[in-house]
Amino acid sequence: MTPSTIELPVTADDYRIARYAAAAIALTVAEAALPSPLPGIKPGLANIIVLVVLARYGWRDAAWVSLLRVVAGSLVIGQFLAPGFFLALSGALCSLAVLALAQHLPPRFFGPVSASVLAAFAHIGGQIALARVWLVPHDGVFYLVPLFATTALVFGAINGLVAARLLAISVDIPVAAPAAPKGAS
Amino acid sequence: MKHSLPDGLRELLAHAATAGHANWRTLLRPGDWLLLALAALLVAASYPLLWRGGTADRAIVKRDGQVVTELALNVARKYAVTGAIGTTLIEVQPGRARVVSDPGPRQYCVQQGWLTRANAVAICAPNHVTLQLAGRGGRNEAYDTLNY
Repeated sequence: MTPSTIELPVTADDYRIARYAAAAIALTVAEAALPSPLPGIKPGLANIIVLVVLARYGWRDAAWVSLLRVVAGSLVIGQFLAPGFFLALSGALCSLAVLALAQHLPPRFFGPVSASVLAAFAHIGGQIALARVWLVPHDGVFYLVPLFATTALVFGAINGLVAARLLAISVDIPVAAPAAPKGAS
Repeated sequence: MKHSLPDGLRELLAHAATAGHANWRTLLRPGDWLLLALAALLVAASYPLLWRGGTADRAIVKRDGQVVTELALNVARKYAVTGAIGTTLIEVQPGRARVVSDPGPRQYCVQQGWLTRANAVAICAPNHVTLQLAGRGGRNEAYDTLNY
């Protein structure tokens, strides 16, 4: 019997997505250490990475980074398949859907800050919708909507500004099409 | 370790560290301002819209579990109910209601003071009289009582 080897070709795209996802996961893990006054209220720093990827490489890459971040991030902090994981997944899917539409806004008038705020609202929208349907089947969850909406607005604006700044700097850096490094690092 | 960082991101962060402080306002485009203002309006509007649900608009007085009367919470008035051992006097003012006096020995329902939230309840058990507030739309009916 000859041991069969399955080799999956790894493209430069894969490396790039994996690296951005790694950065997003690192931010997710760092953020998990921050104390939060209420479950669900957190800065969502990983979304900065998603916004940068969206602007530089398009929606497909952003979706990969966002979903990899949710799955791998929850594995790292021990939340995989816990309620928090499904809330994060629901939020990420909703915000990706909104970003798919938001990227068609005229870039002359709407920058990363708009995308970030819209995505942040979609994020809490998705989470609250799932919480209402599944975790707390009672209209009482809507009592928290104003708080969540306020944090979404504040952190959405801040994350958007950070992403806008990173993107403004990146204008003079060409879109990287790096050669895949030899061997896994 | 440095080489395992994303090429684009590594350069980005390196530049960000050395680029100094840009004017934040240059990062916002006209539509961003518009969207932020709209979002802020929506958020501000969500507070009164969603936090009004707990207010009560009528008081329900019951004796032996049977509704005796329903009093709207928009006019001040007093109402007397005769129960098992005497008369319970209930007072209604705009937005709130209380038991003024009760013949019960321990006066729990009187000491509860003003009730303001929907589904709050004062029970004068010895006299078989209860005073309960109800909110609009009759939500939360699955609960007998809520405490705040």
